Amino acid sequence: MAALTLYPESERLPRGERITFNLYMISALLLFVLMMVLGVIMRMGQSLWLDVPPDLFYQVLSMHGAGMVGTMSLATTAVMWFFLRKYVRLHLWAFLANYLLFLCGALCIIGAVFVGRYAGLWTFLYPLPTHAMGMWGNGAAACFMVGYLFIGVGSLLFYLDAAAAIIGRYGNLGRAMGLQWLFGGTIDPDHPKAVVASTMVVIANSLGILAGAVVLVMYLVAIAYPEFTMNALYAKNLTYWFGHMYINATIYMGVMAVYELLARYSGRPYAISRPFLWSWAASCVFVIVVFPHHLLMDYAQPRWVAVTGQVVSYLAGFPVFLVTVWGALTNIHRSGMRWSTPSRLLILSMFGWAAGILPAILDGTIGINRVMHNTQWVPGHFHFYLLLGVLPMVLALLYHVIGSRRAAPPDSGADRLGVPVYLIGGMTFALAFLDAGHMSVARRMSSHLAEWIPNDRVGAIGASLVLLAMVYFAVRIIHGLLRAPGAESTAHAAG
Amino acid sequence: MIFQDLVWTIAASGIALVALVFLYIVANAGRAIDPAALSTSQRRIAGLRRGLFWVLVLVFVGASYASLHRFPIPPQHAPLDAAQVVDVQARQWSWQLSQPGQPPGAALQLTAGAPVEFRVRSDDVNHGFAIYAPNGRIAIQTQAMPGFTNKILHTFTQVGTYRVMCLEYCGLGHAPMVSSFDVAAPAGG
Ligand code: HEM
Ligand SMILES: [Cu+2]
Repeated sequence: MAALTLYPESERLPRGERITFNLYMISALLLFVLMMVLGVIMRMGQSLWLDVPPDLFYQVLSMHGAGMVGTMSLATTAVMWFFLRKYVRLHLWAFLANYLLFLCGALCIIGAVFVGRYAGLWTFLYPLPTHAMGMWGNGAAACFMVGYLFIGVGSLLFYLDAAAAIIGRYGNLGRAMGLQWLFGGTIDPDHPKAVVASTMVVIANSLGILAGAVVLVMYLVAIAYPEFTMNALYAKNLTYWFGHMYINATIYMGVMAVYELLARYSGRPYAISRPFLWSWAASCVFVIVVFPHHLLMDYAQPRWVAVTGQVVSYLAGFPVFLVTVWGALTNIHRSGMRWSTPSRLLILSMFGWAAGILPAILDGTIGINRVMHNTQWVPGHFHFYLLLGVLPMVLALLYHVIGSRRAAPPDSGADRLGVPVYLIGGMTFALAFLDAGHMSVARRMSSHLAEWIPNDRVGAIGASLVLLAMVYFAVRIIHGLLRAPGAESTAHAAG
Repeated sequence: MIFQDLVWTIAASGIALVALVFLYIVANAGRAIDPAALSTSQRRIAGLRRGLFWVLVLVFVGASYASLHRFPIPPQHAPLDAAQVVDVQARQWSWQLSQPGQPPGAALQLTAGAPVEFRVRSDDVNHGFAIYAPNGRIAIQTQAMPGFTNKILHTFTQVGTYRVMCLEYCGLGHAPMVSSFDVAAPAGG
C-alpha cells in the first residue's frame, strides 16, 4: 500500500525546493524561539521577577502577538506546501515570493516596534494605533501596517497559485473539497485529504486577508488624512474577521501533517470518508462566520450577530471532535504502533487541539464571556491549542523530514525527554492562564495586583520549561535539516 | 457556587476527560489487534461515534437554550427604566462615573437589590468597562467604544466596594486605569 511508505518518493525535495523549505522552517524555528523569549520576559515581568517597564511590556506584547501569529502562518504554510505539491503543480516562485514578502513584512514590524516604539498590539484596534498619546508616532503605526500588508500579499500570492493549481487539477474548488460526494456517490478513496484542507484554507483565509487589507488601507488613509475617520465598530468587525481567520488557518494548514503522516506511523490506512468531507465543508462555513464571538461585549452589535457568534462557536466543536480527533485516535487504537518522536508529536497536537478548544467554546457563550472576556482565560485557551496543538504539528513534520534524511524516525534519548518537558511545561503554562482567567486576572496588563502574582509565577516556570524544550528542538531540527541528504536514496524502502 | 468557579470546573473536567481518553488510547496503541477482530472493533467504534454525535447534539441544543432563552444583554435601543442610572465616560487613562442630577465628581449613590443602568461611552479609543465585585471577581463588563453607548443592566447582590478596571488595552496607562464605587444595603433592608 503506497500510502503507508514512510518516506515516499513523491515527497522527496529537489534542491531548489529543499533550500526554500529549509529557509522557511529554519527562519520559523528561530523566530519561535525568539518570540518565546519575549513571552517568558512578559511572564517574568508580571511575576515581578524581572523589571519590565510598561512601555517595553506593551512593545514586547505587540511583537510577541504579531510575531507568533505571523511565524505560525509561515511555518504552517510550509506544511501545506509540503503535502499539496504532491497532488497539484505549485510554482516554486510563488512559495519563495511569499517567504521574501514575509521577511520584508517582518522587518517592517520589528522596526515599527523596536525603533518606532509601536505598541498598539497585533489586533491594532481602531483608533488606538493613531491615538497613542505620545507613546509612539503615526509613522510607526503606518510602518507596522505596511508590514502586515507585505505579509498578507505574500499569503495571497501563495494561495492564488494554490487555487490555480487545484482548479487545474480538479476542475473547481468545490470538487477539490469533495462537495460532489456529500450526499452520495462513491468517494474516490485516493482523493487526498490535504487537497480538501488546502482548498478550505485558500477560500477562507483569502477572504480574511482581504478584510484585513481593507482596514489596513483605511488606516493608512486615516494616517495620511487625519480628517478621515472610520466607524470603530465596523473596523473592529473587519479586524477580527481577518485576525480570527488568519490564526485559525494555521490550524487547518498544520493538521495536514496529521492526516498525511499519522497512518504511516501507525501502519493502518486512514481512509477519506463522507463525515470527513462534511466536516471540512462545515468548518469552511464556520470559520468564515464565527468571528463575532470576539465582539460579544460590544453590546451595540445587533443581537443576531452575537447569537451567530455563540451558536457557530459551539458548532465548530463538532468537526474537531467527531472527525479529526476521533479519526486520529481510532487510527492508532490497537494498531501496534511503534512510537517515535514524530508520532508522539502528532498525538500531542491532537490532544492540545481537543483539550484547548473546550475553554474556547465555553468563552464563546455570551453569558460566560461577560465575566471571562479579556481575562487571561483567553490567552489560556489559545496558547493551549496553538502551543500544544499547532506547533507540535509543525515539529512533527520537521522531525519526520529529518528522519527521512537519515532513513529512520528520530528517537534519541534527548528527543524522548524533550517531548514530555514541552508537554508538562506547556500544560503548566496554559493551565495557569486558565486558572488566572477564572480568578478574573485581566489579560494584557504590564503590572498585576498583588493577589494575582503567585499564579503568574507558576505560569512563568511552565513557560521557561517550554522555552527550554523548544531551544533543544530548534537546534536538533536545524542541525538535521542542514545535513546533506546523502543517504536519502536508500531511505525509501523503509516503512 | 461562584459562576467563574463553575465554568472552570466544567472546563477542567472536560480537559481531564479528554486527557483520560488520550491516555487510554495511547496506552493501548502499541498492542496490535488480532486482524480477525478488526472489523467488529471498527463497527463498535462507528457505533460509539454515532452515540457521541447525538450526545453532542443534545449538549448543543440544551446549552444554547439555557444560555440564550433569557438573552444576557439588555435591549440597547429601548429605555431600560432602571431607577438607578450611572453615566460612564472612559478616556485615556481614567474613568468618570456620574449620576444624572448629581454634581460631577460626587460619590455614586447605589443600593443593592435594585437594577442599575450603566451607560458606557468613550472619548477616544476602545476601553473595557469591567466591574469587579468585593470578592475580586468580575461581576459584569462591556466595551467602551468611541461613537457608541453600550448599556449594562445589573443588580448588585453584594454590599461593599466595587472596583472598576479597564479590560481593553488602551495604551501606556491601561493597567492603572481604575476607579471604584460603593454599593450600600437597600434602605430598610
Ligand atoms: C513559551 C511559549 C510562550 C510564552 C511564554 C508566551 C507568553 C505570552 C504572554 C505572557 C502573553 C500575554 C498574556 C497577557 O495578556 O497577560 C502572550 C500573548 C499572546 N501569545 Fe504567547 N506565549 C508563548 C507561546 C505562544 C505561541 C506558540 C503562540 C502562537 C501563535 C502565541 C501567541 C500569542 C498571542 C497571539 C498573544 C496575544 C497577544 C495580545 O494579547 O495582543 N504565544 N503570550
Ligand atoms: Cu485600557
